[in-house]
Amino acid sequence: MREFFERLGILTEKAIKTMGSMAIMLAQSVYYMFLPPFKFRNIFKQMEFIGVKSLFVVVLTGAFTGMVLAMQSYNALKRFGAESLVGPTVALSMARELGPVLTGLMVTGRAGSAMATELGTMRVTEQIDALYTMAINPVKYLVVPRIVAGVCMLPFLTIVADFVGVVGGYFVGVVLLDINPGVYIGRTVDYVNADDIFVGLLKSAVFGLIISLIACYHGYNTTGGAEGVGKSATNSVVTGCVLILVFDYILTSIMF
Amino acid sequence: MIEIIELKKSFNGKVVLDGVDLTIERGRITVIIGRSGEGKSVLLKHIIGLLRPDSGRILFEGKDITKMNEEEFHEILKRFGMLFQGAALFDSMTVGENVGFPLMEHTDLPHEKIGKIVAEKLRRVGLVGVEDMMPAELSGGMKKRVGLARAIVMDPEIVLFDEPTTGLDPIMSDSIADLILETQRALETTYVVITHDIKLTYKIADTIAMLHKGKIIEKGTVEEMKQNTNPVLRQFLEGRAEGPIKVF
Repeated sequence: MREFFERLGILTEKAIKTMGSMAIMLAQSVYYMFLPPFKFRNIFKQMEFIGVKSLFVVVLTGAFTGMVLAMQSYNALKRFGAESLVGPTVALSMARELGPVLTGLMVTGRAGSAMATELGTMRVTEQIDALYTMAINPVKYLVVPRIVAGVCMLPFLTIVADFVGVVGGYFVGVVLLDINPGVYIGRTVDYVNADDIFVGLLKSAVFGLIISLIACYHGYNTTGGAEGVGKSATNSVVTGCVLILVFDYILTSIMF
Repeated sequence: MIEIIELKKSFNGKVVLDGVDLTIERGRITVIIGRSGEGKSVLLKHIIGLLRPDSGRILFEGKDITKMNEEEFHEILKRFGMLFQGAALFDSMTVGENVGFPLMEHTDLPHEKIGKIVAEKLRRVGLVGVEDMMPAELSGGMKKRVGLARAIVMDPEIVLFDEPTTGLDPIMSDSIADLILETQRALETTYVVITHDIKLTYKIADTIAMLHKGKIIEKGTVEEMKQNTNPVLRQFLEGRAEGPIKVF
């Protein structure tokens, strides 16, 4: 019994310490973000990495999610004769929930793990120390561009996912399941407001922050050689995904 | 130039530096020797501010660098160069970008001028026409050379070397030793080298200091150290398994 509580105590302490260190890293990043000189080149490079290079996987995810949503909601709505509501169901689900969340999860897997690996390798091969000895603040040089890029690019990717999802839903609903195209589009326009999209984009910006911060934190604090780099990549993906889902609930309940 | 006073550092209760006192003189090569795991790297990392001591002071031109804020210390750091054990080249950049990186970040020099300085520094370490290669394409010895070129690109007043010959074959080690001597003599820079390579030590050192059990136990010129009868120092310099230092 005592052992159990001891272990619980150690785990709690570790968790609190980690959260504290992350908060400090975030605070430092915000501070250095507004401290000149600004290195736009690094930010654009990260935007390309997180945004442009994730486009393909996000398009695929969005398209298939929209398509399957149309099929499932058609099946459910048909039972009480509301097939005409497939359009808004798909659009609302994509904009408010699945667009941001699935984009976040996919980018965590693709870019988050890569960021953690890159920074982790830089840590264990002393490249981060080298930056420091050249009088360059590693947080400003490495972490800030990634966080800025994450927060800026996730909403863009989400818009793409939303759009592709709606198009996918339209394809399944209208072309495969024979819903009247006028009804499909008309109902969608009637029921979906700008607010619904905005709420999703706001969430995705927060997810962008989570992905970058978690990946940078784990990468930056890597110890233990090649094995450590692998652990950092795994940890950043697992923590990133779980936190996205947790914050998804929190943000949804706030903005409900 | 640098005065280290009563420097102490422990990691998780294990004492690594137990009151190090050492003066590093301007314009000379000071070699700190000691066994692996005796805290040589830890000492070096304190000098360049990568680690903060538990207690003690490090004076650079009379000012305590352990108490400085980041801005003040960055000004000091610009007068430092460091060659890391694995060279620590940025693997996302070419050799030329690596060497020119400190100039790009800290000066307003035009690109052509930086290119010229980079080529000049690379030539000084015996490399020509490698600017567009990636670090992954270089051998261990070439990486060290590029690392040295990067360390001296800002014409620093003091350069720190972390095990400059570890992992190199004897011939390459000797050529690195020659390079260290040549670059130091040319500019009368202050060099601090940590190593357990005795051959290198004898070749380049103006002053040798031995770190053992967290303290500097002996210090002197090469001749003085060769004459010194301290059994710990003798065992280390002669590379014997038997003696006061226990291997296990």
